[in-house]
Amino acid sequence: MQGGGLTSALTTEARVAQVARASYGRLIGILAARGSDIATAEDALSDALHQALTTWPEAGIPDRPEAWLIRVARNRMTDAHRRALKTHPIPIEEHDLAMEPSSPSLPADPRLALMFVCAHPAIGHSARTPLMLQAVLGFTAADIARAYVASPAALSKTLTRAKARIKANNIAFALPEPQDRPARLGEVIEAIYGCYALVWTQGPEADSIQREAVFLADLLATEMPDDPEVLGLSALLAFLHSRRDARQVAGHYVPLSEQDTARWDHGLIHAADARLKQAFALGAPGRFQIEAAIQAVHAARAQTGQTDWQALLALYTGLVHLAPTLGAEVGRAMVAGQVHGAQAGLAALDALSPAHVARFQPYWATRAHLLSEAGQPAAAEEAYRSAISLTHEAPARAFLMAARARLQN
Amino acid sequence: MNYTFLLYSDPTKFADMTAEDWAREKEVYGAYIGALQAAGVFVGTDWLQPTSTATTVSMENGTARIQGGPFAETVETLGGYFIIDVPDLDAAIAWAEKCPAAQYGKVEIRASAMGGA
Repeated sequence: MQGGGLTSALTTEARVAQVARASYGRLIGILAARGSDIATAEDALSDALHQALTTWPEAGIPDRPEAWLIRVARNRMTDAHRRALKTHPIPIEEHDLAMEPSSPSLPADPRLALMFVCAHPAIGHSARTPLMLQAVLGFTAADIARAYVASPAALSKTLTRAKARIKANNIAFALPEPQDRPARLGEVIEAIYGCYALVWTQGPEADSIQREAVFLADLLATEMPDDPEVLGLSALLAFLHSRRDARQVAGHYVPLSEQDTARWDHGLIHAADARLKQAFALGAPGRFQIEAAIQAVHAARAQTGQTDWQALLALYTGLVHLAPTLGAEVGRAMVAGQVHGAQAGLAALDALSPAHVARFQPYWATRAHLLSEAGQPAAAEEAYRSAISLTHEAPARAFLMAARARLQN
Repeated sequence: MNYTFLLYSDPTKFADMTAEDWAREKEVYGAYIGALQAAGVFVGTDWLQPTSTATTVSMENGTARIQGGPFAETVETLGGYFIIDVPDLDAAIAWAEKCPAAQYGKVEIRASAMGGA
């Protein structure tokens, strides 16, 4: 019977996969730090994982699998380096890692420095989010491309170029100096937010990338609990992710205020609420905290059975003041329509520049809704037509088409 | 209204791609086509063989002149096209922004001149 051997091989394989996923970014962070070289670290780690798959089933899983992987990967990197230099051999260093389970004396999680490297100002904006997904979480370029409907070949080139820049410029794998930290941290926050927000297809890759974005934000919040915006980001993504199963029903998008709260992930909401309280206690409000607070108000409907639109209006007004994005302006107009009537919402929309809103789908969807509430079906029909023409996701399209069809009744 | 997206890119950037790479590329374009179809705006598309395989035909004094190769040598070449049916240019631009080709090349949008679409 081969069953026993097969089972143990599968178990080992599963264990390697588990170590790889849980430790990937930490190991890349450690391996790449010395030479600022993510690409070489990835190749070496991939070799080490391969070797683990071939030797662990026979030799057994080492007591400290991460330390084992680091040692093998380091040896590979030294070999590669030696071959590249074609000079006298460089002695293999004794691995100098403290791979013990976390103790207070340990430096920050190496994934943290890696995140700062990925969102470094020398790296182009569009490369930062995919680079983070690859270097910290081990997603392949093909997986990332699938979730974002991007060209895998072009994305691979972008990632290769970004890694080459990191190496050539010897970008430090360290936390930025305190005076640079707020600006640099802002870039890290944006890149993590991008992991969640840029996804536009449904599918296993998109689901897993969004889940991992929540994890990245959580990791950052655990490591930097004194930064209120970091805590705000973590709360925001947790709130958004708590609704993953409620966002659509039978292929139709369901707007937040109509979602069945029983489909929400209440454990995640609880964690998000706690993070947000922790952020507010620091007394320095910011964009991500306010966005999270808006989501907290919506989440409270699970308890109270209603939405506090007045609170939302105050929060959106604060958000527009702090970070006047088109999304915030349109959100405020929508809420103003709820609180002060559809005409007030429409007036707020009319104040926006036509050139800016021409291709902004939420503007047209909101306008259509408010016009329909205001008893102007012909104008609402026109606005729905624009909104539908700018909608690229099938569930949102189905929702808008149903709303437009109701106008005729 | 029909809008045609002309997809221009530099083929030398993709010279080293393996069959597996191309399969991944096609998968992503398949997803884009799927989104266009789900939205009910898809009219047609094609992925073209390289310009080195082109045949250019012109009539000179009543005689067909047939040349191997493209009519003009350029760095960025026409690699494919999409035709979509959307109400206006804003909707066309919004779809072109989502086109994978926009990330590594250029997407030229041309409205149909046939009218009465």
